[in-house]
Amino acid sequence: MVLQELASRLQNDFSAALVRTVEWRGELSVTVMRGRLHEVAQFLRNDPAMDFDYIVHVSSVDWPDDEERFEVVYEFYSIRKRHQIRLKTRVPESDCVVDSLTDLWKGADFMEREVYDMMGIRFRNHPDLRRILLPDDYTEGYPLRKDFPLRGKGWRDTFEFLDETAR
Amino acid sequence: MGLIQLGRHDKDGTSDIVTTTVEKAVNWARKGSLWPMTFGLACCAIEMIAAVSSRYDMDRYGAGVFRASPRQSDLMIVAGTVCRRMAPVIRKLYDQMPEPKYVIAMGSCATSGNIYDSYSVVQGVDRFVPVDIYVPGCPPTPEALFDGILKLQERIMLKRVFLKQPDQVKSSFKI
Repeated sequence: MVLQELASRLQNDFSAALVRTVEWRGELSVTVMRGRLHEVAQFLRNDPAMDFDYIVHVSSVDWPDDEERFEVVYEFYSIRKRHQIRLKTRVPESDCVVDSLTDLWKGADFMEREVYDMMGIRFRNHPDLRRILLPDDYTEGYPLRKDFPLRGKGWRDTFEFLDETAR
Repeated sequence: MGLIQLGRHDKDGTSDIVTTTVEKAVNWARKGSLWPMTFGLACCAIEMIAAVSSRYDMDRYGAGVFRASPRQSDLMIVAGTVCRRMAPVIRKLYDQMPEPKYVIAMGSCATSGNIYDSYSVVQGVDRFVPVDIYVPGCPPTPEALFDGILKLQERIMLKRVFLKQPDQVKSSFKI
């Protein structure tokens, strides 16, 4: 299905859920309301014409000046149909939760954990929402947020293991 | 080294006589069999591998026998960016090495963190492990690594094994 068809199909079925649809240089980006994200994703996954069977990437963006500060970005690809779509949703800082898509795509597991680790966005119904890159006992917050100091808050210069090995 | 050759060669039917000190003999043995630990953290490791392979042949300096275990190694070449999560692992490996042990910080990242002035990158391995030689470069060429190894060997020869280390030797040594 060509991009225009994909876009109009979504527009028809989910007109109330869509916030914005952008097509640029052959890439289709669709922003949906946070509450309808899982529903739209399920449609993309299961509808025979859509057939997005592969999850390419999950990432997040921090827009510090916006009212809804964070943005979660999903990218899906259909191996059989060879088309791609980008699904975005906005998240306010006060209620930093999105529905997890791990029940639809198993591959979302680690990528959602990375978003949680780096940006602090939690995923509802995620089977194992722990930090993935940073240690479990990391206390300085979420390093990819724009208000996080570039040099961190002292973790890189603290070597607690030296006390155990000191001679 | 302090070997003095006296006497004549075997064809005369007499043996050579060599005089030296135990200090020098021990140091000579130590500097000639620096077994490094296989240890690559980033792109510097590629140059380290190149230094061991046939074109450069680090084995010429007795430092080509890379061991896969810290317990068989004398030299730790920290080649690459040291992330904070890697730090306890590096320290543990260092602690498992038998004495005498030496550390070379290979490249700008291991020396100072390089451009990675970030929350997750340690600004130089010397923050948690004593470093003998710093090799600059991004990444250093195999020749630069050799220079570091030769400087380390010079330094090993100045060490005192059985006697107290004289202060002027420590201070007069220049890298």
